[in-house]
Amino acid sequence: MSAAGTVGAVAQVLLVAAGAPLLVGVMRQVRARLEGRAGAGVAQPWRDLRKLLRKEPIAPHGTGVLFRAAPLVLAGAALVAAGVVPLVTTASPLDGIADLFAVIALLALGTVFLALAGLDTATAFGGMGASREMVVLALVEPTILLSVFALSARVGSTNLGEIVTTTLHDPQLVVSPVSLLAAVALAIVTIAETGRIPVDNPSTHLELTMIHEAMVLEYAGPDLALVEWASAMRLTVLLGLFANLFAPWGIAGTSLLMLPVALLAFSAKVVVLGGALAAGEVFMAKLRMFRVPELLAGSFLMALLAVAASFFLAGP
Amino acid sequence: MTNPTGAAFCAALALGLLAAAAAALPRRVRPAAVGGATAAAGAAAVAAGLSAMAGRPWSAWLPDLLPLAGVRLAVDPLGGLFIAVTGAVAVCAAVYAAGYSRPGRDGPDAGHGLDGGHGLDGRAVQAMLPLFVLAMLLVPAAASVTTFLLAWELMAITSLLLVVAEHRRRASVGEAGLWYAVMTHLGLVAILAGLAGFAAASHGESFDRLREAADGLPPAVRSAVFVATLAGFASKAGIVPLHVWLPRAHPEAPSHVSALMSAAMVNMGVYGIVRVGLDLLGGGPAWWWLIVLAAGAVSALYGILQAVVATDLKRLLAYSTCENMGLVLVGVGAAGLLSVSGARTMAALALTAAMLHVVNHAGFKTLLFLAAGSVLRATGTRDLDALGGLRSPMPATTALFGVGALMASALPPGSAFVSEWLLLQSLVHALPEGGTVAAVTMPVAVAVVALSAGLAIAAFTKAFGVGFLARPRGAGAERAHESPPAMIAGMVLAAAGCVVAALAPGLIADGLSRAVGVAAAVAGPAADPVTGPVVLRPAGMPSTMSPLLITVALLVAAVVLIGVLRAAAAGRARRRARPWDCGAGPASARMEYTATSFAEPLVRVFDDVLAPDTDLDVTPVEESAYLIDSVRYRTEVADRVEHRLYRPVLAAARWTGRAARPLANGSVHRYVGYGFYAFTAMLIVLAVTR
Repeated sequence: MSAAGTVGAVAQVLLVAAGAPLLVGVMRQVRARLEGRAGAGVAQPWRDLRKLLRKEPIAPHGTGVLFRAAPLVLAGAALVAAGVVPLVTTASPLDGIADLFAVIALLALGTVFLALAGLDTATAFGGMGASREMVVLALVEPTILLSVFALSARVGSTNLGEIVTTTLHDPQLVVSPVSLLAAVALAIVTIAETGRIPVDNPSTHLELTMIHEAMVLEYAGPDLALVEWASAMRLTVLLGLFANLFAPWGIAGTSLLMLPVALLAFSAKVVVLGGALAAGEVFMAKLRMFRVPELLAGSFLMALLAVAASFFLAGP
Repeated sequence: MTNPTGAAFCAALALGLLAAAAAALPRRVRPAAVGGATAAAGAAAVAAGLSAMAGRPWSAWLPDLLPLAGVRLAVDPLGGLFIAVTGAVAVCAAVYAAGYSRPGRDGPDAGHGLDGGHGLDGRAVQAMLPLFVLAMLLVPAAASVTTFLLAWELMAITSLLLVVAEHRRRASVGEAGLWYAVMTHLGLVAILAGLAGFAAASHGESFDRLREAADGLPPAVRSAVFVATLAGFASKAGIVPLHVWLPRAHPEAPSHVSALMSAAMVNMGVYGIVRVGLDLLGGGPAWWWLIVLAAGAVSALYGILQAVVATDLKRLLAYSTCENMGLVLVGVGAAGLLSVSGARTMAALALTAAMLHVVNHAGFKTLLFLAAGSVLRATGTRDLDALGGLRSPMPATTALFGVGALMASALPPGSAFVSEWLLLQSLVHALPEGGTVAAVTMPVAVAVVALSAGLAIAAFTKAFGVGFLARPRGAGAERAHESPPAMIAGMVLAAAGCVVAALAPGLIADGLSRAVGVAAAVAGPAADPVTGPVVLRPAGMPSTMSPLLITVALLVAAVVLIGVLRAAAAGRARRRARPWDCGAGPASARMEYTATSFAEPLVRVFDDVLAPDTDLDVTPVEESAYLIDSVRYRTEVADRVEHRLYRPVLAAARWTGRAARPLANGSVHRYVGYGFYAFTAMLIVLAVTR
C-alpha cells in the first residue's frame, strides 16, 4: 500500500463523485447540438441534483425500509466500485479486496436493490421496470464474465490492477483479436448495463418503453437525486473501466507526480467515450424489448470467440 | 474414549436416539423435547465434524452389531465436513420444528384436531425426525459397503416417511411420496449394483480394502462402478434428468423436513460422487468427469430456469437446489478433469470451491426453506401470486428471508458469491495447464455458471420482492401473523451461520483443504488451495478478494452518504404520500406485478427451452364478434424433462402391466408352473455359462 496509491484512490473517488453528473451533462449537450438544439449546458445535471436535494423527502404509502435503503445501496456500491477500479491509479489500496468479478457483482447489487424498491411500491410500472431490469441483468452476466475470462487469461489474474498494468507494459496485447472481440462484447454490455440506447432510453417519456426509469418512478426529492447521481457514477465507472482495460495509457502507478496527468487523462478518455456514445445514440432508435436478448446473444458470441482466440493464439 | 471426534460423534448418535425415544412423551411437551434433543445431537455432530476437519480422524469396528458384515465407521476430514453440515442444518431445523410442529393458534393449521392425532406433532412423525438426522450422520461416517448402504436406505426410508407426514391434508403429498419412493429406490439399486460389483472385484468390502484394490481393477470394471454409482448419487443430488422427485417432494414435505432434505440430504449425493470417484477409485479417465461436468451444467441451467418461472415458493427453492447441486458438480467435474491433465493445484481449488458451495448452499437453503415454512404456516399458501405485503405483519420472517435471498444470489455480501467466485477462479485459470479439453469445456462452464448466477438473482429478486414486499395479493397474505419464537430462533441460527460463512470464509479454509486432501485424485499440492482469513487468496494465482472488506467498504460508503444527505436535507422530515403511479390510481392489489408477470419476459426469452403451455379463450357476446364478453388466459410451465422423458416410460410401464394381466388369472397351478419354468430356465442358463 503506497501513499500515492491511497491519494490516487481518494482522488478517483472524488473525481467520479464530482464529475459523473458533468459527464452526463456533456453527453446531453452533445446530443442536443447534434439534434440542432441549444442544450441546457454541461452543468445542468448538477443544478438538477441541487434542486432535488432541497426538496422534501417523500415515502409513498405502503413502502418500507427497503425503498429508502435502495438509493443508498446503489450509490454506495457505485462509490466502492469507483474506489476499486483502476481509473486514475493502479496502486489503489482497495484493489486487493475486489477483482473484476466482484466489481460487476457490486454494481449488480445496486441494481437488485433498485428492482426490489420498484416492486415494493406495489405499482404496475415499478414491477414492470424491475422485471425488465432483471432480464437484462441475467443475460448480461455471461457476456461480462466471458469477456473477463478472455482478458484475464493473458494476464493470469482477474485483479483489475494486474490486468491494466500488464496491458501498460505490453501494449501490443491491445491489438490482438482477443482484445478486439472482448472490446466489442464489453461495449455492448456496458451500454446494456448503463441503460443507454439501443437497450434502454434514459430520456424516454413513455412509461411502457421504460426499463430503468420505470423502477424509479416513485422516487422524489433527495432519494431521486441519489438515484440519478448513482446512475451517473455507474456510467462513469463503467466507461472508465472500459477505457482503461483497452487503453490504459496515462494512468498513475506508484508515483505521485503522475497523478494530475492521470486525472486529466482519465477525464479526457471518459469524455471522449461518453461523447461518442451520445453521438451514436442520435443515429439509433431503441430496440424492442424482445429484440434486446438477440443483441446480448450476439455480444455473448463475441465474448466466446474472444475466449477461444485467447486459448488458440496463446497456445504453442 | 480419548478421541474427541469419536466422543462427539457417539454423543450425537446417543442424543439422536434419545430424541427418538422422547417422541413417546405426552403431546404437550413432545415437540419441545424432541426438538431440543435433536438440536443437541446436531450440535454434537457439528463438534465431531469440525474436530475431524481439524485433523483428528476416528474409526470404529463393531463386528457384532450386524450379522455377517459388522458395522465399520470412520470419520475423516471429508466425512467430517458433511457431518458438520448435516449437524448444523439439524440444529436449525430442530429448533424450528419445536415451534412449527405445534398446532397453530389461529392460522390455517388451527384445524389440527381434524387430523385425528396425525399432525406434525404425532408420535411417528416426531420420532422419524431424529432418526432421519441420525441416518444422515451415519452415511458420511460409514466405512464399508454394507454399513454405507444400510445408512443410505435408512436415510431414504425415514425421509420418505417424513415427506408423506401431511398426506391426510393434501392429496398431492401422496403422489410426491410415490415419485420420491420410486426414484430413491431406483437410485439405491444403481448404487447397490455399483458398490457390490466394486466389493466383489476387490475381494473385500471395507473402504480401505476398496481403496487398495481400485488401482488394480480393469478399466471396464472401474468405469462400470463409477457410472452406476454416479447415476444413483446424482439422482439423490437432484441432478437433471434424475431430479423429478425433488421439485415434488420438497414442496410437499413439512418445511423443516424440506430444509433437512434440501440442505443436508442432497449433499449426500455429492459426498458419494466425491468419495467413490475421487477417493475410493482415485480418479479416472477424462470422460467420467466430462459427464459429471455436463450433468452439473445442464442441471444448473435447467434448475434455475425452472426456478425463475416457478410461482410456488417452495417449488422455486427446490429447483434452486437442483441449480446449486449442479454448480457443485461443475466444480467436482472440473476438479476431476484438471487432475487428469495434471493441474493438481487448480483441481484442488475447484474441489474446494465445490465443497465450500455445499456448505454455503446448506446454510442459505435451510434459512430459505424455514422462512418459506413460516410463510406457509402464517398464510396457508405457497403461491407467490397470492402472497405479498408480509413486511409489516411478519417483519422477522421477511428480514430473514431477505438475508437468505441475498446469500443465495451470488451478490457481494452473500455466501454464494464467495464460493461461486472461487469456482470461477478455478475455471478461468485452468486454461494454460488444462490442455485442449479444458480450453473447450472451461469457457462453456464459465458461461453456464455466469448465466445461472444471473438467473438466480432474478429468481430470488422475484421470490423476495413479489412474495414479501408490496401489498398482499390474496386473502391468506392479508391475515398473516408472525411465527412463534422457536421458529424465529431456528431461522436466526441459520442466518447467523450464513453471515459468518459469507464474511469470513477463511475460517474454514483449513478444514476444507484437509477435506479436499482426502480425495486422492486431487490431493498432493503442498499449499492450501485457499488462504487468508480476511483476503481470500487462491493458491497459484494472483487474484484476491475480500468479502469482509467489501462489506465494510459498502457500510462506510452508506454511512458517508447518510451523513451528506442529512446535511443537505437540513432536517426536513419524510412525508408519507400516495404513490404517484404516473397519475393513475389509486392502485389496487390486482394491478400489482405478480410472480407470473415478473417472469414473463424470461419465459419469452427462453421459450424454446421452457415450452410454456398457453391457452387463450376469447368469448365474444352473442350479438357481435367484436364485443368481447370474457377473456380467459391460462399459462403453465411444466417440467419438460418430466413430460418428455418420464411420461413415455410410465405409459409404457402401465401398458406392459395391462398387457401382462392375462398372465395372472388367479390360478395357483399356473403360478407354481411359472416358478418351475423360471427355475429350470435359470438352471439351464447356469449349466450353459459355467
